[in-house]
Amino acid sequence: MEFWGYRRPDGRVGIRNQLLVLSSVVCANRTAEAIAEAVPGAIAIQHQHGCAQLGADRDLTAKTLIGLGKNPNVGAVIVVSLGCETVPAQEVADGIAETGKPVVPLAIQEEGGTIATISRGIQEGRKMAEQIARLRREPFGIEHLILATECGGSDTTSGMAANPAVGAASDLVVEQGGTVILSETPEFMGAEHILAQRGKDEVTGQKVVEIVNRFERELLRMGVDIRGTQPAPGNIAGGLTTIEEKSLGCIYKGGTTEIREVLGYAEAPTEKGLVIMDTPGHDVESVTGMVAGGAQVVVFTTGRGSPTGNAIAPVIKVTANPKTYKKMEDNIDIFAGKILDGEETPGDVGQRIFQMVLDVASGAKPKAEILGHREIAFYRIGPTA
Amino acid sequence: MVSKALVINKKDNVATATKDLEAGEELELEVGGEKVKVVLTGPVETGHKFAVREIKKGNPVTKYGETIGTATRDIAPGEHVHIHNVESKRGRGDRVKGAEA
Repeated sequence: MEFWGYRRPDGRVGIRNQLLVLSSVVCANRTAEAIAEAVPGAIAIQHQHGCAQLGADRDLTAKTLIGLGKNPNVGAVIVVSLGCETVPAQEVADGIAETGKPVVPLAIQEEGGTIATISRGIQEGRKMAEQIARLRREPFGIEHLILATECGGSDTTSGMAANPAVGAASDLVVEQGGTVILSETPEFMGAEHILAQRGKDEVTGQKVVEIVNRFERELLRMGVDIRGTQPAPGNIAGGLTTIEEKSLGCIYKGGTTEIREVLGYAEAPTEKGLVIMDTPGHDVESVTGMVAGGAQVVVFTTGRGSPTGNAIAPVIKVTANPKTYKKMEDNIDIFAGKILDGEETPGDVGQRIFQMVLDVASGAKPKAEILGHREIAFYRIGPTA
Repeated sequence: MVSKALVINKKDNVATATKDLEAGEELELEVGGEKVKVVLTGPVETGHKFAVREIKKGNPVTKYGETIGTATRDIAPGEHVHIHNVESKRGRGDRVKGAEA
């Protein structure tokens, strides 16, 4: 089994060949956008963060920005900053440059304003576009693939059919030497004892319990009731009663293999096989973290229907809810609902998902990518100063 | 005949509807190889759960063979099981005295 990807200087393999215009701070968003508009094919990453952030929260934003730039789907990066922010463009550019890919930092205050920065950005962007367009796809084994798994807008069909089908695909990826990321720490609550038993050793299993405990302690400290947020109102309308029920269905996405390691948000896996990433339950923030960790492709299950994609990694959408599939066919790539009627097994659908992952890795486009869905959201862990 | 509801694990005391079901409907379900007959006491939408056995107040509600919450009142076989009669025990910061909020 193989897929056709792009070889990067650091040995990693991309499945897209993107020119990224990465805003390092909210103040640079418009400038980054204008540069990307003027260089066909370029993608601007805009967000609200990068300044007045403190300590570990600042570091996490820097790590997320660097991780997005390092993702092997990205061929070259222009980092646009203002010049006085707490996450400087140079730090982000230096981090990305470790991969050996072309990176240029531009600061609006140094370049002399919006127009001068856009002008310079277009010049740099044109050169980079020319350079990365020369790359050709080559065949690679599954061991070069990191698959991110996600669920959003879940209902009970997610845990009973769509997630088990993704789990079967995850097992196939792991069997062939690839890597699968299972994330969303709040959605391990009530199922962490099962994951803990699947750690490659006791320490790894215990780490899963620790990240869940840390999250739950935070809820207790804040004095909030998680009900109404987890499960979300849409989850509840779809029949999910408690976070425990949601979690027990959620963890099926990881399949049945042992858990090799537990990663922090936006951290790159050091092991092959199934790994866990400590992310929020918010689907777009979770996907952003896994893509910053190097995932090239995402499989995303939904029960209620979700249109979101990602700016850097293509997102394949799976639903097992027949009503949702009928209403939102524009957004759904794979229907897993026949599992509920006993007409297909999770293994059958898992095989189809696995094949689509390989097709998409080789250049085929899932619906979210065709429709231009490029959602990015950063996880914040501290107050803005 | 296509089944209209699924019981995932033999330990489960709830089934999940895979079709919209009406009050009074009689269903024959497989629970761990055994056939169990349940008459619905009210309508149950696709994706929602109903009890396949009596669940006493304070006892665990079980799906996937695991506890998904606690019954907040007695639940009869065939009764809709959801947030009105089940409560999660996790992430309940609202029950902590002296919390910040």
